[in-house]
Amino acid sequence: MAEALLRVDGLEKHFGGIVATDGVTLEVAPGEIHALIGPNGAGKTTLIAQLSGSLAPDAGRILFGGADITAMPQHGRVRAGLARSYQITSIFRRFSVRDNLSLAVQARSGSSLAFWRPVAAETALAEEAGRIAAQVGLGDRLDAAAGSLAHAEQRCLEVGLALATNARLLLLDEPMAGMGPDESQRMIGLIERLRATVSVLLVEHDMDAVFRLADRISVLVNGAIVATGTPAEIRADADVRRAYLGDEVPT
Amino acid sequence: MRRALTVGVLLLAIAFPLAMQAIDQTYYVTMASRILVYALAATSLNLILGYGGMISFGHAAFVGAGAYTASIMIAEGMPSAWIGWPLAMAVPALLALAIGAISLRTRGVYFIMITLAFAQMIYYLTVSMKAYGGDEGLTLTQRATLGFGLDLKDDATFYYVVLAILVAALFLVSRLVNARFGRVVQAIRENESRMEAIGYPTLRYKLIAFVLAGALGGLAGALLANQNSYVNPGILHWTESGKLMIMVILGGVGHLYGGVFGAIGLLGLEEVLANHKFAWLAALYPDYQQHSLLGVGVAMLAVVLYAPQGIAGLFRRGKDG
Ligand SMILES: Nc1ncnc2c1ncn2[C@@H]1O[C@H](COP(=O)(O)OP(=O)(O)OP(=O)(O)O)[C@@H](O)[C@H]1O
Ligand SMILES: [Mg+2]
Repeated sequence: MAEALLRVDGLEKHFGGIVATDGVTLEVAPGEIHALIGPNGAGKTTLIAQLSGSLAPDAGRILFGGADITAMPQHGRVRAGLARSYQITSIFRRFSVRDNLSLAVQARSGSSLAFWRPVAAETALAEEAGRIAAQVGLGDRLDAAAGSLAHAEQRCLEVGLALATNARLLLLDEPMAGMGPDESQRMIGLIERLRATVSVLLVEHDMDAVFRLADRISVLVNGAIVATGTPAEIRADADVRRAYLGDEVPT
Repeated sequence: MRRALTVGVLLLAIAFPLAMQAIDQTYYVTMASRILVYALAATSLNLILGYGGMISFGHAAFVGAGAYTASIMIAEGMPSAWIGWPLAMAVPALLALAIGAISLRTRGVYFIMITLAFAQMIYYLTVSMKAYGGDEGLTLTQRATLGFGLDLKDDATFYYVVLAILVAALFLVSRLVNARFGRVVQAIRENESRMEAIGYPTLRYKLIAFVLAGALGGLAGALLANQNSYVNPGILHWTESGKLMIMVILGGVGHLYGGVFGAIGLLGLEEVLANHKFAWLAALYPDYQQHSLLGVGVAMLAVVLYAPQGIAGLFRRGKDG
């Protein structure tokens, strides 16, 4: 098997008495869409925060592309190709859609220590922003203030910001949260198309999406991974059914 | 349209000392210089407070450090502004680097308190500088020298020098906030954690803005010391930091001309309340001249309630609709 793109080894995180991450060991292969599912409060977001670098783990190691990034700051991980999106939308509400995305493009193209030249004159940034906007279905909303977008559009921008970093691995925290069925279908289509270019660690409650997209699924319960396998294996796992899936599993 | 307005105001500013000389009211030239110096100081604070969202309550420390540096250079027999003023920017810049590196790691009210604490430390440092007057302050035997036949003792000359520096600073700030760096700083104000998440080392950018603001504030301090021919620790007192914050909020947080409007508004208001007796105000509140700060407080309240974007916001509203 090819070397894992992301390897998480014995990761632990405690909040006071709560064990939010309990010895998590996990691998994401290059090109893989790896779903992470689990009940509310299982520790999925907390795990994403540690992988992306905004939260320091108490113990364990994170390897990305073979390099130990456990102590690397968040912005460094983004440069290395690891970017996240948020379950609770986190965008630049007073900036236009174009400026939101072009800001993310700017971060990876040249120095931002430019004090003189108007950034609005940089057509390359705006063009790239436009391309990403089209990719996430916001091609006709470029001039709208991000805060004025409809909820589903904001969710698309949320993913677009992560996408715009040109990451090799995207950590998507419930991209379909709060979306209607049609909007979810569009998001599923978007992630499906990403498969060719990036790897994805996908946290999602929408089981339809998970079972359609995932190459492998890991199940997180009370901070610990209780099962990892192909969708077929997870579907058949009696423990997983009891712990989490219940009747939600599509057959 | 906007450009025409800017040029028009600039022409008026240039004509102002001539007009005052013509009607023999040169007192107002001195006062206008003072307002322009404060406009520069408030503009430098607006860079971090307005554009960067960093609520620094210690900006007077940088203004004061610049004022002391410029004064000490003169006291030590090196009056050239070409050496003294760059140094009066470099020293506060270094201070800002040290203070920012520590305080910018904190958030919210902690940041406000820690910048205040550092500023007070520097205030007490100047009080203890016995060689330069301690709490008595330092009287300058002369003003800085500029060469080119310019004499800063001449009130009109001083006014024009300050005006030129302010215009240059405003031009610089207007370029900066629309360049890559400025957009990053404003985006950090908007959503710092997301900036980290798309790959920006946010602390670095905040620190650079903080240092730039310190340097510009220091230059304002150098001008202030020259205008007064005197400097004392009072210039670093926390009330001075508060005054600059009031100017920024009054004038327009994150507006290019916010600092200018705020300085005109606040110093103008102080001047009017202190020197003119309004019968209707006296009838309402006989002691109002002893409590001009109260008037400022009421004006602040009005701004917060009716013009949260400050004076600059009133202009903008007029323009948009
Ligand atoms: N900063 C924090 N301080 C204390 N406890 C926290 C903190 N963040 C998360 N927790 C706790 O850690 C546990 C895991 O939370 P987390 O948000 O990671 O769950 P999740 O799997 O993402 O849930 P959901 O599906 O609802 O998004 C919860 O019990 C939560 O209350
Ligand atoms: Mg979550």
